[in-house]
Amino acid sequence: MYDYPDSTGHFGPYGGIYMAETLIPAVEELRVQYLRYRNDPEFKAEFAYELKHYVGRPSPIYHAKNWSDRLGGAQIYLKREDLNHTGAHKINNAIGQALLARRMGKKRVIAETGAGMHGVATATVAARYGMECVVYMGAEDIVRQAPNVYRMKLLGATVVPVESGSRTLKDACNEAIRDWVTNVESTFYIFGTAAGPHPYPMMVRDFQCVIGNEAKIQMPEMIGRQPDAVIACVGGGSNAIGLFHPYIEEKQVQIIGVEAGGHGIKSGSHAAPLTSNSKVGVLHGNKVYLMQDDDGQIIETHSISAGLDYPGVGPEHCLLKDIGRAQYVAIDDDEAMQAFHDLCRFEGIIPALESSHALAHAAKIAPAMGRDKVLLVNLSGRGDKDINTVARLSGISL
Amino acid sequence: MSRIQATFEKLKQDNRRALIPFFTAGDPSLALTVPLMHALAGAGADVIELGVPFSDPMADGPVIQRASERALKHRMTLRGVLGMVAEFRTKNSTTPVVLMGYGNPIEAMGWGLFAKRCEEVGVDGVLTVDFPPEESHEAFLHLQHHGIDPIFLLAPTTLDARIETVARLARGYVYYVSLKGVTGAGNLDLSDIEKKIPQLRKHIKLPIGVGFGIRDAATANAVAKLCDGVVVGSRIVQEIEASTEQNVIANVSRLVGELRVAIDKG
Repeated sequence: MYDYPDSTGHFGPYGGIYMAETLIPAVEELRVQYLRYRNDPEFKAEFAYELKHYVGRPSPIYHAKNWSDRLGGAQIYLKREDLNHTGAHKINNAIGQALLARRMGKKRVIAETGAGMHGVATATVAARYGMECVVYMGAEDIVRQAPNVYRMKLLGATVVPVESGSRTLKDACNEAIRDWVTNVESTFYIFGTAAGPHPYPMMVRDFQCVIGNEAKIQMPEMIGRQPDAVIACVGGGSNAIGLFHPYIEEKQVQIIGVEAGGHGIKSGSHAAPLTSNSKVGVLHGNKVYLMQDDDGQIIETHSISAGLDYPGVGPEHCLLKDIGRAQYVAIDDDEAMQAFHDLCRFEGIIPALESSHALAHAAKIAPAMGRDKVLLVNLSGRGDKDINTVARLSGISL
Repeated sequence: MSRIQATFEKLKQDNRRALIPFFTAGDPSLALTVPLMHALAGAGADVIELGVPFSDPMADGPVIQRASERALKHRMTLRGVLGMVAEFRTKNSTTPVVLMGYGNPIEAMGWGLFAKRCEEVGVDGVLTVDFPPEESHEAFLHLQHHGIDPIFLLAPTTLDARIETVARLARGYVYYVSLKGVTGAGNLDLSDIEKKIPQLRKHIKLPIGVGFGIRDAATANAVAKLCDGVVVGSRIVQEIEASTEQNVIANVSRLVGELRVAIDKG
């Protein structure tokens, strides 16, 4: 039976609690409190209520028939996380952690954000529950995702630009960790992806599993069976693990994670630690496949999508790769852009650039498959935030 | 007896406290690192904590972050740091050297090879900020096999049960982080240190060094009265940052000399 993490927070050789001593008691308190509430009926009921009435769950599954017909092979179905309140799957986890923060008496929440979707989700729940909110965001990403920065400010959050290192998601994580070390007693760190020190990879996964749990009910209702494959993009990997985890024991369902291939794996300019066979290393509290040089320094990554522009990946994906239960592939910037435009034009849906990587892989494999085959793609977020990036690439100034 | 143990025993006989300066290898330049180590020893350092730069120094404030960035720009590597310790040892066989940094560069080299190289070049202790005892089993075995002291951090937030765990694993000395925050923060709380040290001593038989937030002779003097050693990092790195390559040795020597006097004043 697949049952991870173990009691010390390890997924096989991955995961763990690689944190400075100052934060170990905080992480330990979080673990104890999460285990206390994880199966608490009152906590679960409140979480379910919020997901239904505030987020708008369950999110529908949509048959992208026009696009599937054009591709001429497998039928592509979309899990519509883009229709959630705030426009992405990130809100599922932000609500779960905010409910826990309230029970722990924390009045201040902090978050890191790349594309800004997790920052917006955290700012949203902070407004909803009356908490102070500070979001750390790489200076580079602030430029790339300007609309989301303003959304966070409208919601009452303080957005702190991070100028150190590569000025992207990993540096925002570093800065959020520094804040947490300094304000550990008052502050709850709402971590955005299924990575980091234990219990975050487990806790974020649990909150995101609503995606896969719904899909497992919805697919048989729509087509009388489960899909042949489930596909999701993987940066840290929270939308992916939320879809994948409930399908792990469904052995007939293929699981495919799609990393950001950037300018191509061979170019070295990408954000695909699993596909590029990066060495295992330690960053941000966990041991995972990690993009690094021979000296163990973390190298700068590249992706067109800020949310995938991260040198590591969640520990459970590392394990799923090793045991062969999931397959990981990369989609480069151009392929993702093509899928972005196709979904806009053929289905009337503007997808996030992150999700466009998963869509692009579905489009790549669908034509060679029979028309009776079904691919379920997690449309993890909407693309409104990306219109400036897309316009710039098309040579248009908005 | 390890070099660190011998150093602290001698200090104890003399009723003195250890002065433990820190700076990042490769900053301000590769060529000045070994001369700076000699200058520290000459100005009264009892133990030298040599920072191994890392691309993502999560526990460090802006001062040491910038030092790491400068060092990496000069292509300082872990292998290079080990080579510098070897060079230092050709002229100094008594001052203990502790490498301090983050775990990933060591993971990349492999703990077995790293510990072996430490023994060969004369490194005495290793402190990896992001490897708590829970994740240090492999590291501990290799370091122990090669006679290298694993140095662990304790924090104001550390609970009694964990203090015991650290007491069991630590060798050399234990490093008490005197504030909740990153290196170089200014909110040192002397009354907290005064309360915490006796609590630590119930479990910890090793010498206790205190660091984070020690900014000048006055705080160094006050902290020295409460523990066995004073670690000064950001203040020294700041001095390096503010100096030119021509006057950095003189400036750092003067600063460390002042700290020495303050700590010995009692």
